[in-house]
Amino acid sequence: MKKRLLSLVLLNSVYSSVLSADEVYVAVASNFFAPLAVLAQAFKAETGHELKVSTGSTGKLYAQIEHGAPFQVFLSADSKTPQQLVAAKLAVAESQFTYALGKLVLWSSEPNKLAEPVEVLKKNEFQHLALANPTTAPYGKAALEVLDSLGLSQSLASKQVQGENISQTYDFVATGNAELGFVALSQVQKEGELTQGSVWLIPEDLYTPIQQDAVLLVRGQAQPAALSFLKFLASKPAQTMISAYGYGLPKAD
Amino acid sequence: MLTLEDWTAIALTLKLASLTTFILLLIATPLAWHLAQTQGWWKAPLNALVALPLVLPPTVLGFYLLVVLGPKGWVGQSMQALGLETLPFSFTGLLVASVLYSLPFVVQPIQAAFSSLDRRLLEAALTLRAHPLDAFFTVALPLSKQGFLTAIVLGFAHTVGEFGVVLMIGGNISGETRVVSVQLYNHVEAMNYQAAHSLAALLVLFAFSVLLGLYYLNRGK
Amino acid sequence: MVMLTAHFQLKLEAFELQVQLQLPATGISVITGASGAGKSLLLRCIAGLESPQIGYCQFKDELWQDSSRRLFLAVYQRPLGYVFQEACLFPHLTVQQNIAYGRKRVALPQAQAHLELVLALLNIKHLLHRKPAKLSGGEKQRVAIARALAVNPKLLLMDEPLASLDQAHKHEILPYLRRLQQELALPIVYVTHSPREITQLADYLVLMEAGKVLASGALQAVLTRLDLPLAQSQRASSVIQAEVLAYDAEFELLQLKFSGGILSLPHTELAKGNLLRLRIYARDVSLSLQPPRLLEASPSLPAQVLAWVDHSSGYTTLSLQVGHEQLLAQLTRKAATLLGLKLGQTVYAEIKNAAILS
Repeated sequence: MKKRLLSLVLLNSVYSSVLSADEVYVAVASNFFAPLAVLAQAFKAETGHELKVSTGSTGKLYAQIEHGAPFQVFLSADSKTPQQLVAAKLAVAESQFTYALGKLVLWSSEPNKLAEPVEVLKKNEFQHLALANPTTAPYGKAALEVLDSLGLSQSLASKQVQGENISQTYDFVATGNAELGFVALSQVQKEGELTQGSVWLIPEDLYTPIQQDAVLLVRGQAQPAALSFLKFLASKPAQTMISAYGYGLPKAD
Repeated sequence: MLTLEDWTAIALTLKLASLTTFILLLIATPLAWHLAQTQGWWKAPLNALVALPLVLPPTVLGFYLLVVLGPKGWVGQSMQALGLETLPFSFTGLLVASVLYSLPFVVQPIQAAFSSLDRRLLEAALTLRAHPLDAFFTVALPLSKQGFLTAIVLGFAHTVGEFGVVLMIGGNISGETRVVSVQLYNHVEAMNYQAAHSLAALLVLFAFSVLLGLYYLNRGK
Repeated sequence: MVMLTAHFQLKLEAFELQVQLQLPATGISVITGASGAGKSLLLRCIAGLESPQIGYCQFKDELWQDSSRRLFLAVYQRPLGYVFQEACLFPHLTVQQNIAYGRKRVALPQAQAHLELVLALLNIKHLLHRKPAKLSGGEKQRVAIARALAVNPKLLLMDEPLASLDQAHKHEILPYLRRLQQELALPIVYVTHSPREITQLADYLVLMEAGKVLASGALQAVLTRLDLPLAQSQRASSVIQAEVLAYDAEFELLQLKFSGGILSLPHTELAKGNLLRLRIYARDVSLSLQPPRLLEASPSLPAQVLAWVDHSSGYTTLSLQVGHEQLLAQLTRKAATLLGLKLGQTVYAEIKNAAILS
């Protein structure tokens, strides 16, 4: 009897907290999925609001938003797509800001493979070079720019295999099907340490910075919790967490 | 309307589906025959194994193929030991994946046809001096025609509609692994909706005609 | 002369076939027994459709199977024809194609003239271009028989070929079977549980029970063996050969002569000298101790009591020697007791009815 009473009380308290807390529907580009899970915990601890996260490639999420997906916040892998959403009156212009700078790396699952990365690329003694689909994934576009800058895009064209998004590109390399691949730094490091294989942190002058922008969607306008999540994302503690995941931070204006 | 890239993808898809169906008929016919005849303990597990691609998400199959066929997997390693190239990101790899993926769609209709076959008709053929193989080709096959037609149509159509597996092991290479479904997906991803519409309409039309044909085929029985 | 020597031992889950058998070279050998006795299984063993653990099968001078020497001729290598209980025609082929199926697969097919004879005998010439689905049950079975004969078999195996047919269709086919055997001089092994088919067709009878051969021998001998269930049943009968002597048109009576005397039967006219097979039910034979008076309508025949057996139903079955033939008679046990019969005693048998089988 006592036990039942207790559980009733507990249930009640959970219930009331749910009542006061809100849910925020967030669409996130796949490269930022892992850090967002950690940020969501911190956000919930601070505000009680819960994030409902959907992930996919930026292009796919755009198509879903355009066709009425109930997302309230969009964390893109680029800045162009949020702009398009704003232009299409699906997002709120003033809310757009850069929450992270993507860092591109060349990665191999074998250790020591990339001691002299440019030489490895030039020697062209591998079967497959993986990159994300450049027409849809910002990291893929950046990877092509790197190859262009090095003057290798012609000679390596036949070696390229494309992942549908940056996660799949990572899979191609991790399973050894591609010896080399352009992936996000956040995918191959944890707390500043390389998790596996060897990596080349690509100089930032070889590609256009990958500005990852967040934007409030029209469907989130009526939801104060959505706006408070965007504020949280721009806050100092959140930015520190993001940087720990291998992203650059936008220079303060 | 359709670009050269689209036509390349269509041609590739047709080539893939035809070859897959052809190879599947060669594999599925003896397999289905065995499954229809045997009473061994392995019948149930073998049936389950054949049906696996029906229930597995294509991405799971694709992922395992990526792992097993890749240079770190046992198939990939044995292929490399034989001096062959590994299969992912190649047309051959796609063919292998499609054969596995569409296997139940070809085996099951043929197996059903074989199972409903009157065994005594085959015995009658044997008593009429037909070698068992002769009896198979002159009695079992013609009487299972319906099952084979269904199998061919389903195997072909299902390969055309394949997406998840191709996405996992294809690598999006034009003329090699970029089939229609992937091309369509690329159009959507690139927000190139007009092109996507053209291809999608073509696929819908194809699927509808196939199902309509199958319906008439079964009604004509 | 022995045609077929067979020895099979086949263990199934709940059944064991254990058979040692020799069949004569000519005529129709009928295998009979209750359902589940293993008749069909035995026939399938002879055909090579089953793989018994122990098997030996020799047909004339050809050895088909000998498990002790790991010799096994597959079904399609044995020069036999097989007719199944259901016709088992190939539904995708016409009647003609069905008949041609086996014919074109043998080196020495039935000569065209022979085949024409078979088609005529079985009365199926007009069906050649039909598909099996358009045939009646009787027509299908006749086509199946023609198809089996077209391979020019040295031995014809028939597994209850009439069982799936209704009475009318049975009557339609039965007469063909005996004629076939006679015209083609083809030994036949025939499985049935129908007493009518046994008496009508069998020259040699094999009686099976629970997977074993209970008795085998010439038809009359097996039919009149009192220790077998056949003679003890209500429908016990014996078979005799008789010759047409004369015809009495006024009373439409056929006069028949056999080794035991003369019989007269109401019947349509048959040519004098015709050899007939008669079936006489045991219950249609009555006995008396007195010799017949003259001018009796159906005179009694002198007979010797060979043996008798009482059975549980209140009846007694006797076997009698009449001329060279053995007859069965069935009386109530009371009537038999009142007669006070002794072995070897002469009695007078009145045959009240007989059926002409051929």
